[in-house]
Amino acid sequence: MVKWSDFERATIQDIFSKISYDVVGSAALSRCLIVYPWTQRYFGSFGNLYNAAAITTNPKVAAHGKVIMAGLEKAVKNMDDIKTTYKDLSVLHSEKLQVDPDNFNLLGDCLTIVVAGQMGAAFTPEVQGAFQKFLAVVVASLRKQYY
Amino acid sequence: MTMSLTDKDKAAVKALWAKISKGADAIGAEALARMLVVYPQTKTYFSHWPDMSAGSGPVTKHGKKIMGGVALAVSKMDDLSGGLLELSELHAFQLRVDPANFKILAQCLQVVIAIMFPNDFTPEAHVALDKFLSNVALALSEKYR
Repeated sequence: MVKWSDFERATIQDIFSKISYDVVGSAALSRCLIVYPWTQRYFGSFGNLYNAAAITTNPKVAAHGKVIMAGLEKAVKNMDDIKTTYKDLSVLHSEKLQVDPDNFNLLGDCLTIVVAGQMGAAFTPEVQGAFQKFLAVVVASLRKQYY
Repeated sequence: MTMSLTDKDKAAVKALWAKISKGADAIGAEALARMLVVYPQTKTYFSHWPDMSAGSGPVTKHGKKIMGGVALAVSKMDDLSGGLLELSELHAFQLRVDPANFKILAQCLQVVIAIMFPNDFTPEAHVALDKFLSNVALALSEKYR
């Protein structure tokens, strides 16, 4: 079981209470599709992903950004057992969506960049450490059901 | 994972560098301090420093040195292997930094740039810089074996 310090717990709750899910979800997903374009392979039905401008204004990308944030919120609300909380999501990504789990780290990196941009100086090294630990647990839990 | 730099990438990196280079020393110091906190295993390379905290003498000085290297890479963008030859030999034979750490430092640099220059670090600038830093890492690793 993952051990969270009081600081880490408080930091994660604080970040997710302050950020706009709409803004962050959409910005992180579109950044991921732009910076790591091979990730577009999973979004064939999303229409125009032709260039950065198209991706940033694509309504399906924005909508899906919200879905991702809702998924992350489940982890934020169940920090002491993200593994169990994410069992079905892991099966979904493995069996139905068939996403290469290395992609989770790419999206995670983009989330970090977007949250850093939003929080500015408040995204201190210690806060970054807590946020990345949280993402690492999320990624590990999403990988769990792959075989 | 290096994908070579297109003319568009090079232009984007140069444009971003023009905006951020005045703050290069601060970026370097902050990125290094951040790396030591977020990735504590990197502290093993600096066990000879009396103080590893943000704002300390060694961290500030070394952050500046690192950004000097980045500036050099920007100026030698058309031939990174040639331009960074000496630095590669330094890292390979003297410093012997595991190349996995180049990626870690690159990530910290990008987080700091996102914090200090949120409007300039657009997705387009991000992808170009990410590619550039990957290519710098590759050039730095050239002499390792």
